[in-house]
Amino acid sequence: MAPAESILEVRDLVKHFPLTQGIVFKRQIGAIKAVDGVSFDLHRGETLGVVGESGCGKSTLAKVMMALERPTSGSVKVNGKDITKAKGAELKHMRRNIQMVMQDPYTSLNPRMTVGDIVGEPFEIHSEVLPKGGRRKRVQELLDVVGLNPDHINRYPHQFSGGQRQRIGIARGLALQPEVIICDEPVSALDVSIQAQVMNLLDRLQKEFNLAYIFIAHDLSVVRHISDRVAVMYLGKIVELGGDSQIYDRPSHPYTQALLSAVPVPNPEGREARERIILQGDPPSPANPPSGCRFRTRCWKAQDICAKEEPLLQIRPGTDHLSACHFAEALDVVHVQS
Amino acid sequence: MSDPSVTQDLIHGGEGPAASVVSSSNRPRSLWQDTWDILRHRKIFWISFIMLILFLLMAAFPSLFTHKNPDYATLAKSMDPPSGEAWFGYDLQGRDVFARTIYGARTSIIVGVLATLVTVILGGVAGVLAAYYARWVDSILSRIGEIFLGVPYVLGAIIILGTVAPAQSSPDRVTIMAVVIIVLAVLGWPILMRIARSSVIQAKHQDYVQAARALGAGPFRIIFKHLLPNSLAPILVYSTITIGSYIGAEATLSLLGIGLREPVISWGIAIADHTSYIRTGAHAMLFPAAFLSLCVLTFVMLGEAVRDALDPKLR
Repeated sequence: MAPAESILEVRDLVKHFPLTQGIVFKRQIGAIKAVDGVSFDLHRGETLGVVGESGCGKSTLAKVMMALERPTSGSVKVNGKDITKAKGAELKHMRRNIQMVMQDPYTSLNPRMTVGDIVGEPFEIHSEVLPKGGRRKRVQELLDVVGLNPDHINRYPHQFSGGQRQRIGIARGLALQPEVIICDEPVSALDVSIQAQVMNLLDRLQKEFNLAYIFIAHDLSVVRHISDRVAVMYLGKIVELGGDSQIYDRPSHPYTQALLSAVPVPNPEGREARERIILQGDPPSPANPPSGCRFRTRCWKAQDICAKEEPLLQIRPGTDHLSACHFAEALDVVHVQS
Repeated sequence: MSDPSVTQDLIHGGEGPAASVVSSSNRPRSLWQDTWDILRHRKIFWISFIMLILFLLMAAFPSLFTHKNPDYATLAKSMDPPSGEAWFGYDLQGRDVFARTIYGARTSIIVGVLATLVTVILGGVAGVLAAYYARWVDSILSRIGEIFLGVPYVLGAIIILGTVAPAQSSPDRVTIMAVVIIVLAVLGWPILMRIARSSVIQAKHQDYVQAARALGAGPFRIIFKHLLPNSLAPILVYSTITIGSYIGAEATLSLLGIGLREPVISWGIAIADHTSYIRTGAHAMLFPAAFLSLCVLTFVMLGEAVRDALDPKLR
């Protein structure tokens, strides 16, 4: 991939949620390590997919990047400025550059506001962007851009279907013309046929406005469809990061391999012969992660070193992209039999 | 009467600043439209609504119902039973009970509505602040509320009223009404605070509030545009019921001799003045008591009808 200017730099991002005990005198007895040292760059106009199972910290990562939660440590730089330390007017101004599309289109739109009010709200908050007179027209343009009828501006969210609501959410995210949009599982609440429509819309908008996406999902095929690069998360850490074909065709981390081997294959031919990696047990509690490599408790390659030494996210011999495994080894799980 | 906006304005009457959020933008609110559709098919709503109109007319224009002067006393007619001349008979001082009952509606409704208004403002503001800022603001406000809730209602009212306006004193009309209103509100706000707090907390965790924050919306916008409109329903229902219970509470205080008193005309005072004559002249007490019960019932029924209509689980 051609080196491009990075627009978002995440460095050693940590978010711990304290666990407290006691009613009057609260003392901290531990912490949920939701995000524990995550670093990556996002380039202009690129899509970075973030995958991982439920509870691995994907959504917390999104919230911290959106400055909805303060990180425990680390930084998120948007165009070189750290959004996690920005306050007041500066933060408000920075928000114009980084927006979000929420997961559930049924709860992300205020039921008491019309579509015009919802999509127009960014202009009311950032009143310097657009004079009052032009707002209605701009809102209609935005509705048109996301494929909704501009005449429906006075309707309420409940008068739309799930896919249409998600388009409203996307229009709201686009309103301030941000350079980065964080999509937190934007299609997981939608039907498969509608998923495709919304993803194609996101794809088109990216080309039209040169947007950079962070695309969070737990559906691997959805992520592959849209991403240029993919980060695989496990228990608050990135275990593997690379271009989409690197991750999908030559996964090197055992966790990624296990994930990919679980992807349903639509073609019945040879699918039965495919070797499936079935992981034992459940992910450990993020309040008390295993020492060393966090995946070692479920890994078939685990050895003594895995418990002692935490594997760093780096390019390892035999692979061409970042992987956090002492025994990284490229293995094409998806296409083994075909 | 079948115009929805009329009903809503009436319902919103005792609502305080919160109500203006909904009614200021007079566009079709989906929830309110649904609610109206359910309400207008309910008999109990229409019964309580018509009774409400009657009571409000009584309060606003008592002369529509009676041409007699409620303060005109003829001692010779003391405790005369109901007759064609005086439908509800005469009271101890020889005043027309019907006229006094009609005129009493105004005081009772004013006290009920204003006390509810103050309660909603106090409790609503405290509840929204506690829910929105959470942490220590919530702890402090909730504990203060619990202290007020811990004081038994009647005991608290006796202590405050007994100090501010002892039974022997004769404060003027406005003062005593204001004192009673404040006492009712001061002892009642924590319940409303809890209702407001819980429904705002519920709204606060919705994604659209997160989305507004992500856009850079300030606390003012989040509270007034997103939280209040979505947490108004329970507050609205509770306030309607509260009007009724405050009217009853006002009568209780009058009965104890520490609430409203002459020259104010109220149902509670009429009941208090004639409790000892219940065997010889029950009419002087029973008619105001019947009106009081009907009025309380009206507000409670209205509140319940609105609650049923607003509750999505019953749809």
